[in-house]
Amino acid sequence: MSTAVVDVHQTPPGSGVNYLNATYGIKSWLLTTDHKRIALLYLASITFMFFVGGAAAVLMRIHLIEPQGTLVQPETYNKLFSTHGIVMVFFFLIPSIPAVLGNFLVPMMIGARDLAFPRLNLLSWYLYITGALFLLYAILNGGIDTGWTFYTPYSTTFAHTHVIAAVLGIFINGFSSILTGLNFIVTIHKMRAPGMTWFRMPLFLWAIYATSVIFILGTPVVAITLFLVGLERIFHVGIFDPAVGGDPLLFQHLFWFYSHPAVYIMILPGMGVVSELIPCFSKKKIFGYSFIAFSSMAIAVLSFLVWGHHMFVTGQSIYAGLVFSVLSFLVAIPSAIKVFNWTATLHKGSISYDAPMLYALGFIGLFTMGGLTGLFLASLATDVHLNGTYFIVAHFHYIMVGGAVMAYLGGIHFWWPKITGRLYPDGWARFAALVIFVGFNLTFFPQFMLGYLGMPRRYAVYPPEFQVLNVMSSAGASILGVGYLIPLIYLVWSMRYGPIAGPNPWGAKGLEWQTPSPPPTENFEEIPVVTEEPYNYPGTAAVTRG
Amino acid sequence: MAAPSHLDRAHGPELAHQFEDPAQQREAGTLAMWTFLVTEIMFFGGLFAAYAIYRSLHPAAFEIGSHLLEVKFGATNTAVLIGSSLTMALAIHSAQTGKSKATVITFLLLTMLLGLVFIGVKLRFEWYHDYLEHIVPGFGFDYRSAWGANAPEVQMFMVFYFFMTGLHALHMVVGLGILTVLVIMTARGRFSPRYYAPLEISGLYWHFVDIIWIYLFPLLYLIGGRYSTGGH
Repeated sequence: MSTAVVDVHQTPPGSGVNYLNATYGIKSWLLTTDHKRIALLYLASITFMFFVGGAAAVLMRIHLIEPQGTLVQPETYNKLFSTHGIVMVFFFLIPSIPAVLGNFLVPMMIGARDLAFPRLNLLSWYLYITGALFLLYAILNGGIDTGWTFYTPYSTTFAHTHVIAAVLGIFINGFSSILTGLNFIVTIHKMRAPGMTWFRMPLFLWAIYATSVIFILGTPVVAITLFLVGLERIFHVGIFDPAVGGDPLLFQHLFWFYSHPAVYIMILPGMGVVSELIPCFSKKKIFGYSFIAFSSMAIAVLSFLVWGHHMFVTGQSIYAGLVFSVLSFLVAIPSAIKVFNWTATLHKGSISYDAPMLYALGFIGLFTMGGLTGLFLASLATDVHLNGTYFIVAHFHYIMVGGAVMAYLGGIHFWWPKITGRLYPDGWARFAALVIFVGFNLTFFPQFMLGYLGMPRRYAVYPPEFQVLNVMSSAGASILGVGYLIPLIYLVWSMRYGPIAGPNPWGAKGLEWQTPSPPPTENFEEIPVVTEEPYNYPGTAAVTRG
Repeated sequence: MAAPSHLDRAHGPELAHQFEDPAQQREAGTLAMWTFLVTEIMFFGGLFAAYAIYRSLHPAAFEIGSHLLEVKFGATNTAVLIGSSLTMALAIHSAQTGKSKATVITFLLLTMLLGLVFIGVKLRFEWYHDYLEHIVPGFGFDYRSAWGANAPEVQMFMVFYFFMTGLHALHMVVGLGILTVLVIMTARGRFSPRYYAPLEISGLYWHFVDIIWIYLFPLLYLIGGRYSTGGH
């Protein structure tokens, strides 16, 4: 082996030995323990699931063009929104940034050769695939109609669909999340390069760390809860069934104890990505580093104390509702701290509008809207009016799609040259970012209005007076769909035909940009020694440390 | 080996390529197990919370359910498990202080034996007996007339009893698998006073499973009137 060694620094870019061409063959991918290859395995699988979930959304929006529905039976419509929710939440959004970008970047950003447990990392991917296969089996064999929340007693007693296969898939996939989170926590604690102190870490890592804490604390609870749902269905025993003394509200408490923090699993890594993009494309040091870092941890902690705001109208005690309402308002504080610090970073920066930056700017605006509309829902009185309407749907899509997906795409576009060693066509990328932004707002802004006017969610039909707004939403969805297909095409194209990127096409700071693109299998020739603060961009001089 | 060999780090046989030195590897392993145990606490925690809530909602039914269990078997198993934690600790201590391979293996095998006794008692004297008594939910559970209106909630108690002790027993079985690997590794001379991290980390797991039982035993067998006033 030693004769084949090439010093990658000396060879022309693209021709050296790197993690992509070090070994060949399907086996070298399916049995790899390289965190970068595992990231690509995740990228391929979650992209597939994204389009499965997206297809369900497209069918729903086509159906809702006419008040009486154009396409499917109401039962099928129930299956469509359930499929869309389950696939997007558990099999796309939750793993998206952590499992793809996190896997690729965590070791590179801290100056390590790999995650602490490479084989465990591969196992995580296989668990994800196993879970996804269970879910796909359920979908292809007739679907699930419980919604992604699996509320009892419908899911345990009355639903005649493939609930067991679906909850088993989510249960198995949960262990993928747990093991990924565990791997990240240990890696960030124990594998940092010399000089890489906690407060020299890129903010992306703080966000991933906070996310991992939620993974290991929250996921086991939803896993056991869904397992109980499965048990109740299989053995016809009473756990949540009120007919035998069970408490359906207990299911909702246990479910949201995880599933509310899961929202932060989706948004925190996106905030981490944006914290990398803004300083790079403003050529300025991030404003208020420690505030952004601690606000990530604050969001992780608060996320476990607010689940009851999903249950304001369920008959939960009014005093519990009050406390949950106040605590939910508190989440706005660390979220706003981040937004203020990003905009302060932009202030007097030399801003360039490359594709990743367009996504980052889109994120700030859309996340802010999603966050502020969340305050309406955290207020007990307005929530009574808005609960169960399209207002909720619009609100969480502004966070999950406008926030998390925008950040994910921004991150993919930012690190794509590092991942593949090649550039994508810049014009197309900016165009796609714009299409997605326009399509997104046209899809979901009308839904705020629909919800405020009282259109309930999860219905296959609606009164005729809501048609104009629904047609607008459906038109937006088709634009959004096209917007998502464009990057798929040019990114795949660029893998083979894109111009060679070089190690650092953006002039970005951070250890991952100091190694060749694509990186060698062990990331660094020598473990780097970190001597400077993060985000040491030229525009730093004017701003002292926040 | 897929990793390029141009990195001239002195890697011992047990040092994985991603680590710089054995200390880093050992610390990573230990932290990983503690983190995993946090996850496990949340895993059982959801069940404990559900159990506690239903117990407070249906105290009479859960008392009846608790009386269906045999304290003598639960108590025996508690002693057996605590003993197994002792032998596990002695195995680690023996490796740490450089005792012979035979000593370490003896303690590991004793730990396994006690683990098997636990599972044996559970299967033969408790679960199988419950099956014959028709008090296993989902497997011919019969409501008894003495329970009256409490019968559905008594069944719910048994659901929690079987699920919690079953999940615990599953952890024991996994622990026995880990112990088997440790016996083989010890026999091959992999451990020394300088390197015994796998023993230590597995020990954490075994003690954790023991502690879960320490909570399960009083929650399921003891509290709820049997020895308190106002019971029977």
